[in-house]
Amino acid sequence: MALAMTSSCVALKAQTEDLEKLLDAGNKPQKQYVHNAFKSSRVINGHSMEMLGKGVLDFRILHRFGTLSGGYHELFGLDQASMRFGFDYGVSKNFSVGIGRSTFNKEVDGFLKCRIVQQSKGPGSFPVSVLWVSGMTMKTAKESDAVRAKMENRLGYYHQVILGRKFGSAFTLQLSPTLVHRNLVDSMADKNNMVAMGIGGRIKLSNRSALILDTYPFLYGGRSGYNRIPLSIGFDIETGGHVFQLHITNTRGMNEKAFITETTERWRKGDIRIGFNLSRVFTVVKNKEASW
Amino acid sequence: MKQLFFSLCVLASLQSTAQRYMTKTGTVDFVATGAIEKIEGSNKSVACLLDSKAGSLDFIIQIKSFVFEKQLMQEHFNENYMESDKFPKASFKGSVTNMTSINMAKDGDYTADVVGKLMIHGVTKDVKSTGKVIVKGGKPVLKSAFSVLLADYGIEIPGAVKDKISKDVKINVHCALDAMK
Repeated sequence: MALAMTSSCVALKAQTEDLEKLLDAGNKPQKQYVHNAFKSSRVINGHSMEMLGKGVLDFRILHRFGTLSGGYHELFGLDQASMRFGFDYGVSKNFSVGIGRSTFNKEVDGFLKCRIVQQSKGPGSFPVSVLWVSGMTMKTAKESDAVRAKMENRLGYYHQVILGRKFGSAFTLQLSPTLVHRNLVDSMADKNNMVAMGIGGRIKLSNRSALILDTYPFLYGGRSGYNRIPLSIGFDIETGGHVFQLHITNTRGMNEKAFITETTERWRKGDIRIGFNLSRVFTVVKNKEASW
Repeated sequence: MKQLFFSLCVLASLQSTAQRYMTKTGTVDFVATGAIEKIEGSNKSVACLLDSKAGSLDFIIQIKSFVFEKQLMQEHFNENYMESDKFPKASFKGSVTNMTSINMAKDGDYTADVVGKLMIHGVTKDVKSTGKVIVKGGKPVLKSAFSVLLADYGIEIPGAVKDKISKDVKINVHCALDAMK
């Protein structure tokens, strides 16, 4: 009797292992894409290696307060605020478009973002994600100067390659060499082209929060004594459909042209601001795919 | 006696043409809708194996194969709740205790009493439930509906979204099995 029970137990065990074996025999290991390198499609100011999903609309509200060095009188900058609001839309898994408007210079901006390769694991894997971003900006503020008021002189462009990798589950690093072109610059000392090497990083603190860094040291075209290196450090906090990014930064502009070429404040002097980005996503087209 | 046993064995092996039934395309849906929005996931690539002779019943579910209408929900399901990189599978290993009362050769609806171990999010629990076995043309369709408490399987709901997600998740199983050679 005991023997019969033992043997039936053995049979049961053999059976359960069977299903796994049967599945393993039928399924070859598959390539798996790496997701969630960043919580959002932006690191803080700059684009991240993450894309919006197909049919997802992201409504973004960005705020940068005044400088902390304004002191008590300005309530450490909270009396003033600069903002950008915009809409990004995922046309497909690997292609997004976006528009936005900033109060700073009353600037309108738009961009196209395309993922060429997505980081993956398994057979045929690729170690990094590679993306291309191109954007355009236009000042719409009134200009008294007739030359500055001309349409072509209000325009700026940027082109960017993003190379990013998620190492393990908690750490992400990306490099994003960026070229910014301004049709008209403010001073003879400025160059129309400026090149910066964006560096973005994330360390996950929990499933719903992360420490993030976003900086764009320039390699070419910065006017010494004027342009400062944009540097932002902050936290990502995720609650359901929102991503809330709280940070401190020396940047005021919130599009690539503005924060790369128009950052003139220094961390060392306390000319830093509190800022936040709020992202709310809406599902426009229902998802049908398992690999999101 | 020995001969009888031997002939029984032979008989058993002869009639065992179809004692194992399997699918890789079974369906498991769940509903975790809380007070605000619809939270539903569906997985249409569930593997299931039923051995009508041994009475054993097994399921293996790939967590990443669950599909949600909202992509962000799917991302959060994998990343924040189920941690599918760490725990890629859910499984059930158990048996049908009243297998003898289910006749695979005869069409009909049978009630199945099932016991076994349910593993979700790396946590294994002993469970007991009833389901239906609908036999038609020698093929069984398995159906069951039961619910699990997220807390039992170490799935945390943060305070900020605790009204949005039901603590008690309703699970629906529907697997049409084919006889194996």
